[in-house]
Amino acid sequence: MAELTYRDAVARGIAQEMERDDRVVFLGEDIGKAGGVFKATVGLYEKFGPLRVRDTPISEQAILGAAMGAAMTGLRPIAELMFADFLAVCFDYVANEMSKLRYMTNGQLSCPLVVRTGNGGGVRFGAQHSQSIENWTMMIPGVKVVAPSSPVDVIGLMAAAVRDPDPVIFHEHKALYATKGEVPDGEIVDVLGIAKILRPGSDCTIAALGLMAPRALEAAGVLAREHKIDAEVIDVRSLVPLDTQTILGSIAKTGRLFTVEENPRLCGWGAEIASIAADEAFWDLDGPIVRITTPHIPLPAADHLEDLALPSAARIVEKVCRVLNG
Amino acid sequence: MESGKIAAVGSEPVGNDDIGLERRLELFRLQVEIRDCEKRAYDLFLQNLIKGTSHLSLGQEAVAAGFGVAMRKGDKSFCTYRGHAHTLARGASMEGMLGELMLRDIGLMRGKGGSMHLTSVEHDVLGSYAIIGAHLPIACGSAWRAQYLGEKDVSVCFFGDGATNIGAFHEALNFAAIWKLPVVFVCENNLYMEYTPISEVTAVKHPAADRAASYGLESIVIDGNDADEVYRTAYAALAKARDGGGPSIIECLTYRHSGHSRADPAKYRPPGELEEWLKRDPLIIYRQRLKEFGVADDAISAIESESKRKVEAATAACKAAPQAPVDLLTADVYADGGWAWRN
Repeated sequence: MAELTYRDAVARGIAQEMERDDRVVFLGEDIGKAGGVFKATVGLYEKFGPLRVRDTPISEQAILGAAMGAAMTGLRPIAELMFADFLAVCFDYVANEMSKLRYMTNGQLSCPLVVRTGNGGGVRFGAQHSQSIENWTMMIPGVKVVAPSSPVDVIGLMAAAVRDPDPVIFHEHKALYATKGEVPDGEIVDVLGIAKILRPGSDCTIAALGLMAPRALEAAGVLAREHKIDAEVIDVRSLVPLDTQTILGSIAKTGRLFTVEENPRLCGWGAEIASIAADEAFWDLDGPIVRITTPHIPLPAADHLEDLALPSAARIVEKVCRVLNG
Repeated sequence: MESGKIAAVGSEPVGNDDIGLERRLELFRLQVEIRDCEKRAYDLFLQNLIKGTSHLSLGQEAVAAGFGVAMRKGDKSFCTYRGHAHTLARGASMEGMLGELMLRDIGLMRGKGGSMHLTSVEHDVLGSYAIIGAHLPIACGSAWRAQYLGEKDVSVCFFGDGATNIGAFHEALNFAAIWKLPVVFVCENNLYMEYTPISEVTAVKHPAADRAASYGLESIVIDGNDADEVYRTAYAALAKARDGGGPSIIECLTYRHSGHSRADPAKYRPPGELEEWLKRDPLIIYRQRLKEFGVADDAISAIESESKRKVEAATAACKAAPQAPVDLLTADVYADGGWAWRN
């Protein structure tokens, strides 16, 4: 057991898979010699060499396209998109190509690859380098979508993503890179599509993702200490496949559902969960489902404004209290 | 071979590896079969037996045939939505191709992909891509795999002149050049991006070849209606890629006899242009070529009548074939064979 940063967990997760399987290769901008702009891939170039850790030009279409062509023909590529916002310049590969390949070819071709990307806000980068875009990918049939919130989940879900036979979009959170957590020694392999209950509780269910998971957990502590509200916090972790059973099971126990989403409000992932809960847990619910989200705005760079935009622990506490206590 | 150069491009033989009668007959057979299949596709459209859209290669057969004969088993083809010809040229059956256009169970993808996405992994056709330019980087990835694993196959990517103005084209060429990938880019310049002449929307005369220098590649323009010239150029580029000499880009000048797609009557063409190109029909050129090499008329007509017989048989088989069972609707979204996105 050792304490590891989220950033170091990325490198350890990739290294674990590259050591296991020679077919795992890694490409992206500044990932090799420079160790990544977030220093999340330090040491991989030195360890695995320039043939397996390949620096690319600033060519996001070529990065995802090449990863796809390699995956289709036998490799297990990991491609880095430096900022999740850049997905918009190569969205064709996620929206039209890798996601449709197996279906359109009647199963003749598959695309086992991982696109890992720096997602989310809170680091004052402004509107084009701060977005939380996990919902962009969630809506596309044929891809899987994960977003770990802790170092141990980074390693375990990275292993699961690399070993998965389908394309996986792996959302790392930029504001979590410096956070630390306990990580067991040895190989860590998780499973895609399993949510994690971070804190059991009986009064309400709070479903969160990425940076919002630790914030929801912090809020739950305040709710318990100061407001006598016992919140169950679920880290959704995987949007596709989506572990609805854990969420529905929690609602059956608590009778209330809150989602905490960093994405702008319209069509955020919580809307789908709210819809499922309304359809399938209606008689378990004791009140309306409440979504706590970033408002439907581009993110500002100014720290005081960005902090207002993203759901904070204080805002979660305030909202849950107001809804439950009137 | 000198790095960066393709030896003996053009109508002269490559070293001792002249084309030979057997290959010439194969080049002819492929062109005839592609022509007959494409004409049949057109007819089936008029009968409403092919739905959706379709992009024919009538007039462009020599490019597909030349590469089809030059490529080895294991070499990978990446095609566009105008991919019927290239799929047939790698050995896929007429039933599979026409059956897919007719969206029947007998089709290459059992009707799930349709005309624009023909794929036959069995024949190393790794897909037909309908988003312009998208497959150039994908072909780079396949070539990267070959380079990384030490495999000797070459990835060949076919596209139209219109693709040279999209970003992915330029990203892919740079990528292939810096990594020295075993990939061959083949531009079929048929003079029209879709309806608009490519010359009206491109800053250079040769949309592919004039961009080659930007990526340290040789500028190559060939007669895409002469299957021998295509074959020889393809052979040299494939050999160079296989030997570690890196990528090539080849611009094949050709012309489509029909419109861009089913919906296009091609009325934008200046009077007389089609007629001029029909005189340079690749099949006329090649029939004449065979005669110059002493092939008897009987042998030529035997290939032609066999092609017609095969097209008739394939058409009958496709017409008799059912559509796929409806459980295919949700099959193969994910690797478990199904479409489940939640528990």
